Amino acid sequence: MNSFGNIKTIAKRELLAYFTSPVAYVFIVIFLLLNGFFTFMVGGFFERGEASLADSFFMWHPWFYLFLVPAVGMRLWADERRVGTLELLLTMPIAPWEAIVGKFIASWLFLGLALILTFPVVWTVNYLGSPDNGVIFAAYVGSWLMAGAYLAVSCITSAITRSQVVSFIISVVACLFLILAGFPPVINLLQNLTHNWQWLVDTITSFSVITHFEGFQKGVLDSRDVIFFLSVIGFSLFATSVILRTHRTT
Amino acid sequence: MIKVENLTKTFGTKRAVDGISFSVERGEVLGFLGPNGAGKSTTMRMITGFIPPSSGKVTVGGFDIAENPIPAKKLIGYLPENAPAYTDMTVHGFLDFAAEIRGLRGDTKKSAISRVVDLCFLNSVLHQDVDTLSKGYRHRTCFAQSIIHDPDILILDEPTDGLDPNQKHEIRQLIRKMGEKKVIIFSTHILEEVDAVCTRAMIIDRGRVVSNGTPQELRRKSEWAGAVTLRVKNVAVGAVQEKLNRLRSAKKITTSANDSCVTVTVFPRTAGDGDLTREVIEATNGWQVDELRTEEGRLDEVFRNITMPDTKG
Repeated sequence: MNSFGNIKTIAKRELLAYFTSPVAYVFIVIFLLLNGFFTFMVGGFFERGEASLADSFFMWHPWFYLFLVPAVGMRLWADERRVGTLELLLTMPIAPWEAIVGKFIASWLFLGLALILTFPVVWTVNYLGSPDNGVIFAAYVGSWLMAGAYLAVSCITSAITRSQVVSFIISVVACLFLILAGFPPVINLLQNLTHNWQWLVDTITSFSVITHFEGFQKGVLDSRDVIFFLSVIGFSLFATSVILRTHRTT
Repeated sequence: MIKVENLTKTFGTKRAVDGISFSVERGEVLGFLGPNGAGKSTTMRMITGFIPPSSGKVTVGGFDIAENPIPAKKLIGYLPENAPAYTDMTVHGFLDFAAEIRGLRGDTKKSAISRVVDLCFLNSVLHQDVDTLSKGYRHRTCFAQSIIHDPDILILDEPTDGLDPNQKHEIRQLIRKMGEKKVIIFSTHILEEVDAVCTRAMIIDRGRVVSNGTPQELRRKSEWAGAVTLRVKNVAVGAVQEKLNRLRSAKKITTSANDSCVTVTVFPRTAGDGDLTREVIEATNGWQVDELRTEEGRLDEVFRNITMPDTKG
């Protein structure tokens, strides 16, 4: 009944913690620099001569997130356990899921903020041409949802260990799986290995964030893609709660 | 207020807590004593709902902590071992967070924060980051967090650990004062604290309650309880030994002599026997007695006897 207030309090604390440590600033600066470099230098934004951001800007996001999001998520639970504040948090009059959701939302909002700060790219493409801003908006939504899915996976790995480094490495590997499952060379390999068992290949590729992000990049807000990302988030947060409970019982 | 029934916790094959039962009422300050690893912290963690028990039941203010944790946790203020606090916040930010999560808002929150800041002497570090605090200040910050909502029940795991003697004194006074109206359970391995603060002391060893009573009752279990120590001048050691050994209530005596003084301790046959003092005084008739006192009993000795029965002798 009071869940909303509790989640808000926890999310507020967590957000403040990002900005009192250098993590937030380092993250935002690196994220923006990478975006700028890859969009204009590697992605060849000007040479393309297209009023679109899909191939020059958004296509890099799954790869940036691969190592930036685990860096944001690694401290979420690992640090609480290492410092011992988990004991404080879980003896407060709140339900554990409220703490899990509150912490997740804070980090997700933070990632959203970093994403919003890439607005000069949108401004540039609008200045130079007349892009379809609906498509760009859809791609932003998709990018944020994808970041949320990575983040939720990082929540699990962060709950597994006290060490932020271990958490980081495991979640990079897990997120790499989410990308590679839809990567053409990997799909080919899978087809060869499984002697073209298409259903198995399809099941594995359906876990890929790339396939689900593609629709957003084309401006298609497909409910299946939205549901995919939201269910990855939901499942991961649930898994986090199970892991946290297991730590307390054993 | 707190009722613990047959509480057990096993970690793997190890029984950390093995069938502990007790209850505490308002106005009591219960001290948990015991050697390291006896199960004090584990018991407290189960009472506060941090870890679920393997079996047994904890009821806090009528609420079962396992089935109805939120209303039970609302009644409790908890200072965990090592006083953890969010290192990336200022003291004020941390207390503000603690107050908000306890449901305090607006002016109530402000006055609650300023009350605990005054009580715990945190004014000088209010806007300092928690990770730059000295251990004593960090401890008090975490203590302040536990009393911010003026809880009915306070559970403190080694509240004076790492504090300097002045700070220890302040915290003890605070505990004693608050103990008049609240339920307080605190753990310690400093025995003088039991005398200074507790209305009841419970000794836990290897997960079991091995003794439960007032500090006076505990003391009476000591062979020193009721023992009489006296220092006499100008009397031969042999004469003193001979006369005191013949006393009806005396079990044994120890003597040490230097220069012209003989110091004797006479132990009573039954601990806490008041007759012994009278008999000793009668026996000293004619001697020059410099000093004579009746011992109250020594907690450290009781503690050692109860918790180390295997290693003794």
